Amino acid sequence: MDSLADIASLLNSTFRISTPLVFAAMAGLFAERSGVIDFGLEGKMLAAAFVAAVGSYFFGSPWMGLLLAILACVSLSMLHGFASVTHKGDQVVSCVAINILMIGLTTALAAAWFGQAGLTPTLTSDQRFLEITLPFADALQDIPIIGLIYSDIISGHYIFVYIAYLSVPIVFWIVFKTSFGLRLRAVGENPSAVDTAGINVFSMRYKALMVNGVLIAFAGAHLSTAVNANFFREMSAGRGYLALAALIFGKWHPKTALIACLLFGFTDALQIRLQGVELPMIGTIPVQLIQAIPYILTVVLLAGFVGKAIAPNAIGQPYIKER
Amino acid sequence: MVSPILELKDINKSFGHVHANKNINLQINKGTIHGIIGENGAGKSTLMSIVFGLYQADSGTININGKEIKLKSPRDSILSGIGMVHQHFMLVENFSVLENIILGFEGEFVFGKNLDKAKKDLKNLCDMYKLNIDLESTISDLSVGFRQRVEILKSLYRGAEILILDEPTGVLTPQEVDELFKILRSLKEEGKTIVLITHKLNEIMDLTSEVSVMRQGEMVGHKKTESTNKEDLAEMMVGRSVLLRINKLSTKPGNAVFSVRDLVVKDDLDVTRVKNVNLDIHEGEILGLAGVTGNGQTELLEALSGIRKIESGEIQLFNETISNKNNFFDPKSLKEKGLAHVPEDRQRMGLVTDFKAYENLIFGYHHQEPFSKSSVLKEKEILSFSKKVMEEYDVRPRSPNLITSNFSGGNQQKIILSRELNENPKVLLVGQPTRGVDIGAIEFIHQRLIDMRDKGAAILLVSVELEEVLSLSDRIIVMFDGKIVGEKINKDVTDRELGLLMAGVA
Repeated sequence: MDSLADIASLLNSTFRISTPLVFAAMAGLFAERSGVIDFGLEGKMLAAAFVAAVGSYFFGSPWMGLLLAILACVSLSMLHGFASVTHKGDQVVSCVAINILMIGLTTALAAAWFGQAGLTPTLTSDQRFLEITLPFADALQDIPIIGLIYSDIISGHYIFVYIAYLSVPIVFWIVFKTSFGLRLRAVGENPSAVDTAGINVFSMRYKALMVNGVLIAFAGAHLSTAVNANFFREMSAGRGYLALAALIFGKWHPKTALIACLLFGFTDALQIRLQGVELPMIGTIPVQLIQAIPYILTVVLLAGFVGKAIAPNAIGQPYIKER
Repeated sequence: MVSPILELKDINKSFGHVHANKNINLQINKGTIHGIIGENGAGKSTLMSIVFGLYQADSGTININGKEIKLKSPRDSILSGIGMVHQHFMLVENFSVLENIILGFEGEFVFGKNLDKAKKDLKNLCDMYKLNIDLESTISDLSVGFRQRVEILKSLYRGAEILILDEPTGVLTPQEVDELFKILRSLKEEGKTIVLITHKLNEIMDLTSEVSVMRQGEMVGHKKTESTNKEDLAEMMVGRSVLLRINKLSTKPGNAVFSVRDLVVKDDLDVTRVKNVNLDIHEGEILGLAGVTGNGQTELLEALSGIRKIESGEIQLFNETISNKNNFFDPKSLKEKGLAHVPEDRQRMGLVTDFKAYENLIFGYHHQEPFSKSSVLKEKEILSFSKKVMEEYDVRPRSPNLITSNFSGGNQQKIILSRELNENPKVLLVGQPTRGVDIGAIEFIHQRLIDMRDKGAAILLVSVELEEVLSLSDRIIVMFDGKIVGEKINKDVTDRELGLLMAGVA
């Protein structure tokens, strides 16, 4: 194996692994910029993975699965909004409730419907999303550098990978270049200013949560109907929390959050690549230690390596008019 | 007859059991500056929040230009030509001026040409009223005076014909107040109608042509400003006659009992806030410390009362060093030496607002006789003490068992004063004793401080209310940027001189 191909395959995995993180971070960005904490990305991602797998299985189309996953996640976001925006409940508690409920519900429903706790039937190839080979990828294969970049790194991913990276500039544009974005940022900083400007604070936050639900559904569908061909118990595996960490590390900004997601994805890809590999001088690193790298990195980064992350001013506070 | 631009008829509004507005009728004529005056809690802000659509009235009608309108949200009010500058500014601190102003009225979904048009319109408004605002600057970089101008510009941009200002001068220096008044007068000349909510009589006399007085949720009178005077208005506000200048005898101050030498204090962010301050307070004297908020008064007061460590310098009480670089007396031992402290922020430092009144009335002295014995609180003694001092200090309602946060600001302050003054301290440090307190209670609190002085106490009064410093102090020092920039004997000083010192100009 030559090292150039090694690097190409490493980058290829980085983009694939980062995909659900990017969706989740962008989803979290909408909620948190509007002033609503979204600790529930994990639970929603899990719900989306389950619903997408089940929907694809019953309707025979992964698109149907994705649509149902979007409906499920938007409903969960609305539930979060109902508890924490309308009824001014504690936002973290509402999120934890969603996370715990989803772990239990997905396992129980899988058991009831398919007779296996936390496992859905394997999807056939027309029930799931397949890797897309971009035009000319084969033709360009043999051209040095360009072939490597285009055919081996950029081409051959699932559709969600492309959507994820395309979503970042779109999110940036919406948040910073449109009136919706201005209102979104304002409502997370000073909801009173938004209220006195004649905009309904509650409806702004619900709109943000709706976008949040759509985006997080893509992350779940990616896991169960693209990279895997079924749902299994707790398959989100902490990606929701990791994405939230990336969002904070990226200071609630789409560009820096993307970089953080890629960094986490890269360490994970590296971790997989390093397993069982004998390194010169060091020897074989124990698998457990390698697997811990992304988490160690998260802790180090969040523990102040990046300076103070300044959250939206009104985050976590339900809006109550004076008196 | 002039037809009113804004007319309120029989407006009622209740919050739970509190009837904040009772059958309010009000007419405001086009092109005038109309004052609404009343004590804190009289219902002025509630009434104007109804006009601005933030609250909905329980009953009553609102007419604009003779037509009845329904105001269900601020948007309805803004579209009817009403603008409001709130007491706490409604600005997003990390947004630019431009972003704050267009918020909610962006014109188009995607930013582009609409921003250029907004900039052009805003430049014109700025020139017209000489507002001198840079549209690109971030709000957090602007002074309070400029933030207020941004609020005014925001209302004008949104097409306000009626501009409501809620206590606009509370946070401004005297010079900034002058600037604001100039702007308001030029707005009036352009035909705008201005409603000024305030509890300061001087502003009413200065600026308005008509004035309406509110008391305890009711409108108690409407007057032409030229046919009334401060004393009349004050009487209408409070419901009885009040002294506007405290009667105090001049006394001969005694020895210096509290001395500060070369004091340097840093704040929590390690910024030096008090720079080489020297001061003496004598027996039987009130030393007033004037200054615009944030010039080091808070840190100075905290250092003097033993809450904040000092960097260098020395503080002496009765010729004993109580604080220097290495040594540091805590508030408890200072209390035992006869020093009492009424903190600036009564809800954060002066009281535990979730506690009952009787608990706050003894807090800090609770370990002493007769309130406790062998570390057990003696409830009977505490309650009878509480009843006695609540009577003496006129704390209303006289319910020792009521949770402290349910008392009004003025009565909370009386709770602190009765606790701190009860021990007859030799030295008293008082911060903002009447901030957010109504006129009746201000008078009472001022009289108590004068009484303490006459009994020989040395008092340091820190206040951002210039009028308060002027009416109480024997001697006045002014703090600017952490330094004492001037010292004046009260009877030979003018507001203007102090204002210039406060602004760091003189």
